[in-house]
This record gives sequence, structure tokens and C-alpha cells, in this order.
Amino acid sequence: MISIRSLRFAWPSAGFATASPPLFEDFDLEIGRGETWAVLGASGCGKTSLLTLLAGLARPEGGEILIDGERLVRPRPRTGLILQDYGLLPWATVRENAALGLRVRGFYGPDGIHAPREGAAATQRPGRGPDGVHAPREGAVPDKADPAEVGPWLERLAIADIADKYPLTISGGQRQRTAIARTLALGPDLLLMDEPFSSLDALIREDLQDLTLELCREGGLTLVLVTHSIEEAARVGSRILVLGRAPNRTPRVIENPGPAGPGSPEHSQLCASLREALEATPGGGR
Amino acid sequence: MRKRDVAWATVALLAFWEAIALLAGLSILPAPHAVALVLVRELGRELPAHFAASLWRVTAGIGLSVLLATPAGLLLGQSRRWSALLSPLVYLLYPIPKVVFVPVVFLLLGIGDVAKIAIIFIILFFQVLVLVRDQAASIPPQLVLSLRSLGAGRRALFRFVYLPASLPAVLTALRQSVGTAIAVLYIAELFATRHGLGYYIYFQGSTLMDYPAMYAGIVMMSALGLGLYFGVDWLERRLCPWK
Repeated sequence: MISIRSLRFAWPSAGFATASPPLFEDFDLEIGRGETWAVLGASGCGKTSLLTLLAGLARPEGGEILIDGERLVRPRPRTGLILQDYGLLPWATVRENAALGLRVRGFYGPDGIHAPREGAAATQRPGRGPDGVHAPREGAVPDKADPAEVGPWLERLAIADIADKYPLTISGGQRQRTAIARTLALGPDLLLMDEPFSSLDALIREDLQDLTLELCREGGLTLVLVTHSIEEAARVGSRILVLGRAPNRTPRVIENPGPAGPGSPEHSQLCASLREALEATPGGGR
Repeated sequence: MRKRDVAWATVALLAFWEAIALLAGLSILPAPHAVALVLVRELGRELPAHFAASLWRVTAGIGLSVLLATPAGLLLGQSRRWSALLSPLVYLLYPIPKVVFVPVVFLLLGIGDVAKIAIIFIILFFQVLVLVRDQAASIPPQLVLSLRSLGAGRRALFRFVYLPASLPAVLTALRQSVGTAIAVLYIAELFATRHGLGYYIYFQGSTLMDYPAMYAGIVMMSALGLGLYFGVDWLERRLCPWK
């Protein structure tokens, strides 16, 4: 599903600041369809940058990222991105926020006129409806972008009863459920999450981790979840990418032996080896 | 603010005014009941026309400043380049009391309505510009990122993020500066006009020496200010229910 080839990336320097050092150099990674990945690392190791790159919100300096064989040059309609916080509009209700992605699609319409075209990714068919740039191509998801269709997702994520409340008046867990509903309403096939649960209480966090995995299984979604928590990586990732001090060159991937709950010997074993990997990677374990 | 509390405050103010008028016993300080009688009489004559002239000038000034300052504020708040170019200018002009430009505006734009509307516009423009700019600049980048990941381009970001985010800033700017705008309107209406509450108050007080009528004008000017203030409150409750 995702192929990262010879990736080189550094954040461009802003103003008079000196250019930041590269986070990735000659970095390769393959992520298969339907797999659930966790990306683990200390702050500054480039894990959020990797997610930003996968979301198409930043461009590699060198190398390329292919998703489904297509080179990524801009946000891809079937990729959903969920951030730790601030992703919801404070002036919109839970229902309006959840329907936002559908409204954005409705705003552009299926004509594709307003889609900037650059590179090879814009392989749209003129005059044939959804352009694959701001709206998915025909057949990818139901092409109706009706904000009313968000109802079932509110039910599924158990936020239907707070649908008319504003983000500032609901709990952090409910806010993240809203963000997940908004993303899933667009029918994604790839879900990117940046520390989505790190500001939540332990019980709510575990609840949402399990719900996320369940939803990914139901929808056949590929998941890439960035976290700084070893426990979260072990709980969510069937494969875990451990990033160390920049620049990252060779990916260090640890396989999760299986769905064993916390407290089991396998889980403790995995956590131990993840900790070891973090400490072993240059710059890790700081 | 609860309506009942506002009503009580009004009653208390009127009682205070009545008491002072009674104690002072001066012709230049008529009691509120006397002013009320004259007000009713004057409302049957020219006072509504003066009120309408003032109302038109102040709403035109407000409308114009919101229409021009909001997009300018959004541009400055969003674009680092434009901000770097123009913010020093705004920084210099913002604190200057705009009322000192009244004579200049009259010289440049003549003595008609245009000049009076322009004065109100200048005052409100910078208030709205600065507050909208700061609001647009304070939108968390994560919010913009997640909207972009939902497929939003520049136009959708404007429609779904920047425009709704600037609304409360516009209303706050209006709330803060409506009082100043009306004060300056009064001064502007002292010059070369025969319409407007400023003219009416001054004419009744210093030419006709009809003090109750002068107070009737003052009451109407206060009503204009209060009406606009309450209007902004009402708009905020309607348009920004999340606050």
C-alpha cells in the first residue's frame, strides 16, 4: 500500500534560522494494505514529520512516497489524518464537525475545476465527476457527499447524544471520537494518527485504542499511528517502527507476536524489546 | 446581562436624575419626566429625521469598515509576507487618535455625508483590522492541517476556518468602538450640517435654549449607541453560539 523509497527529508529553514538537520536519509519502508503500524520514538526523531509526509502535507526533499503505486504530491482524498488535538472547529457542533469532510467535498463539487494540477498524480478524467484530487474518484466511496450521512458514524462512535454540543463543552475522549467519525465518514483506506490519545485518561485511552483497531478491521483500513508510548505501540501496532536520532536511515521494525493483552508474558516481552530498541537506537531513550 | 437587571439599572438611573434635578432646580437640568414629555412632542416633529440621518451615517461607516477591514485583517493574519510588509504601518497608525483627522477629512471630502461616514470608517477600520488579524494569526496550525488533510484548499479554508474564526473578532471590535464612533459622529455633526442628532442637540441647547428638547436629543443619541451595542450583542448570540 505504502512504499517509501530513498526518502530524504528536512524541514526547510524559516527566516534567518539555520536549516534543520535532515530527519530521514535514504530511508526505505514498505507498509502492506490492512496492516496496523505504530511508529515509536522520542521527540524530535521525525515521527510526526513522517506522518505529515504520508499525509501529503509536506514534500520529500529526495526520494519518493508511493501510495497504491501513485506518487504522493498532495493530500490524498482517501487518507484520513487525526491529530492529538485542535483538529475540531470550536464554532461547530459535534455533528457539524463530523460532517466537515463531507461538506468540504460538497464545497468543491465533483467537477475538479478547483483542484490544482501538478505532477503525475492528477490522473483525473475530465468531465467525469470525482476528480481524485479533492474528492475520491468514482467508485472509490459512495460519491454522494451528503453531510446528513454522518449520522450512522455518530451512532457507531457513541457520540450521537452529544451531536449538538460544541467541542469546548465535551471531554477529550469525545472530541477524539468526533475527529475519528469525521475521518471515517469520508471512507478512507488509510488512517494516519499523530499521538491521538496521549492527552486522555488511561481507561479512555485503552477504550479508544481498541475501538480504533476494531474500526480498522471492519473497514479493512491501513493504520499508521505515531506515539511516544511503548505500551500504546505494543497494544496497537502489529508492526512497530522504532525511530532514533535523526537522520533515520535503516528502519528498525519490530513484529508484534500477536494479540496478547497487557499483563501477558508476550506483551511484557514485547515492551521490553521495544524499550531496548529505543535505548539502542542512537539518541533513543533520552 | 439579564434583561431584568438592565431594567432595574435604568430605573435607578432615572430616579437618580430626578433627584438631582429636583435638588438643583436649574433650567439647564430638567427632570426626566419633563424631558420625556418633550421627547414625545419632538418625536412627532423633526427628531426622527435627525435620528435617521445619524443612524445612516454610523451604520454606513460600520458596514464599510467591516467590509474592508475583515478581508484585510484575514490577509495580514494569514500571510507572513503581507504581514511583514504592512504590519509596521498598522503599528504606527493604530494608536493615533483618529478624531484629529476630522478637519483633514472635511477638507478633503467636503462637508456632506461622505466625510462624516469616512470619519467613522477610519476609526472602526483599524479596530476591526487589528482584532481580525490577531484572530486569524492565532488559529492553531493543527486546525488548518487537519482541514487540509480533509481535502480543503485555500477557498475551503477561507469558508470553513478563517471566515467563521473572524466573526467574533469583528463583533468584539464593534462592541469596543461603537461608543467612540458615536462620540466622533457627534463632533462631526457639529460642522456644516442641518441634519443629525449632533446638530439637533447643539442647535436646541445653544441657539434655541430649549433645554428639555436638547435632553431629548441626548436621550435619542444614547438610544442610538445602546441600540447598536445591543445589536452587536444580539448578533454575537445568534452567530457565535459556541462562545
